[in-house]
Amino acid sequence: MSVLNVDHISAHYDDGLHRNCVLDDVSLQINANDLIVILGASGCGKTTLLNVIAGFTSPSIGKIELDGKLVSEPSAERGVIFQQDALLPWLSVLENVAFGLKIRGMPRIEREKIARHFLELVNLSKFEKHHSWELSGGMKQRVALARALASDPRILLMDEPFGALDALTREQMQELLLNVWSQTHKQMLLITHDIEEAIFLATELILMTPRPGKIAQRLPLNFSQRYVSGESARQIKSDPEFIRIREQVLEWFFHQETVRKSEEGI
Amino acid sequence: MKKSDYRLLSIVTILLLIVIWQVVTFFEWIPVLYLPSPVAVFQQFYNVATVGYMDATLWQHISASLSRIGLALLFAIFVGIPIGVAMGVNDLVHATLDPIIEFYRPIPPLAYLPLIVIWFGIGEFSKVLLIFLAIFAPIVLSTATGVRRVDIVKVRVAQSLGATRWQIIWHVIIPNSLPEIITGIRIGLGTGWSTLVAAELIAATQGLGSMIQSASQFLMTDLVIAGIVVIALIAYFLEMVLRRLQKTLAPWQGKNY
Repeated sequence: MSVLNVDHISAHYDDGLHRNCVLDDVSLQINANDLIVILGASGCGKTTLLNVIAGFTSPSIGKIELDGKLVSEPSAERGVIFQQDALLPWLSVLENVAFGLKIRGMPRIEREKIARHFLELVNLSKFEKHHSWELSGGMKQRVALARALASDPRILLMDEPFGALDALTREQMQELLLNVWSQTHKQMLLITHDIEEAIFLATELILMTPRPGKIAQRLPLNFSQRYVSGESARQIKSDPEFIRIREQVLEWFFHQETVRKSEEGI
Repeated sequence: MKKSDYRLLSIVTILLLIVIWQVVTFFEWIPVLYLPSPVAVFQQFYNVATVGYMDATLWQHISASLSRIGLALLFAIFVGIPIGVAMGVNDLVHATLDPIIEFYRPIPPLAYLPLIVIWFGIGEFSKVLLIFLAIFAPIVLSTATGVRRVDIVKVRVAQSLGATRWQIIWHVIIPNSLPEIITGIRIGLGTGWSTLVAAELIAATQGLGSMIQSASQFLMTDLVIAGIVVIALIAYFLEMVLRRLQKTLAPWQGKNY
């Protein structure tokens, strides 16, 4: 049985005049150890999809099941990481990571032990007493990752987690994420508009098209497994196979764009 | 110029004013009744600090004023912050209370002092109530604004870590509004202090306002000026304490976190 089952989800909103369809009949399954990446241009409904899965908004049609149970609101079983860091500036790095456990009523010593473990996992042990405004963008996202993991969610949802980072930090974060993924065996769903990032990370790549947002293609990939097995990131990203898929996806996007423009008569 | 140079310049301005004041009074270009010398003012200050005036020392006048505003502030914080939070998170509460607060907030407190006197007499209660009302509105409104401005992403992260609605209010929304809450207290305390002194001018036997009011009736200009300086210094001191508090409690404010 799949861990997460997104079953025929559609989402509309009314702006008073029109009924706008944001998501049209989206279905996907996330199984154990999957790292599913959703790639799409802005406006393709990928953030709406993540918000629906996280429980922040409800779908107009369809249902979400986690371990076979229907979900309708946010819970600690679905950890979320946003593009902008959402650390609480009045708490230290350690307290931020332990926040979810504190809310559950876990005693301080116990929760700080767990928080320290995850800070070590993201290489931030030395910064546990710092505050969020003293950290760089990449460090903040590492804290956010540790915080989400500390609550031991069934699945981790990430909405363009590296979107605000510079190119170099972004590459480092992708590698860190794969290391965390292989060590924690967490299921993950990541949204991005960066083609190379998507292909590098995904075990299954889902391509979405906009207006209305729907799934156009699914590609099983294995570059993340190759990284976990010891190949270097640069080696993988310059592999002819990687480049071929990258160009193929890029071409597909350009094609979509041309079709859309001709349909709209631009 | 360095930061310390600017500070020096400010000090020079103050010293220069005192020197001009001394020169003007030394040559008696203005009669002593209107403008006593700084030395005379300082002597009067020393006198009232040690011997006292109106059966009370300066310290007793100061503590009478400070305890009134302190009491009012305490009540305003304990009542105002919860109401502000409630108005910020709940539209129903906001719609109910907003007209009341917005109606009385722009009225100068001294305008409704006569009404308070009719209702509650001229005792301590009336004065504390008046200052309470002056401090209450800014605290409530700033708190509500701060609460409404909370970043949705922070709330969502807390939700996805399993926080309940009350936990979100307590652990996310209130700490996040701390800068605005303290700003509200700062604004309220400023209004409260000016209201207090004015109220004491009208009806009180102790307190800095009544001290200078009485001194003026006996044409003790030096004591009036000494009193004004003390009132100004206390207002400045309160503002500095709150600014420091804001920096300590909300060090992330103004930083790109």
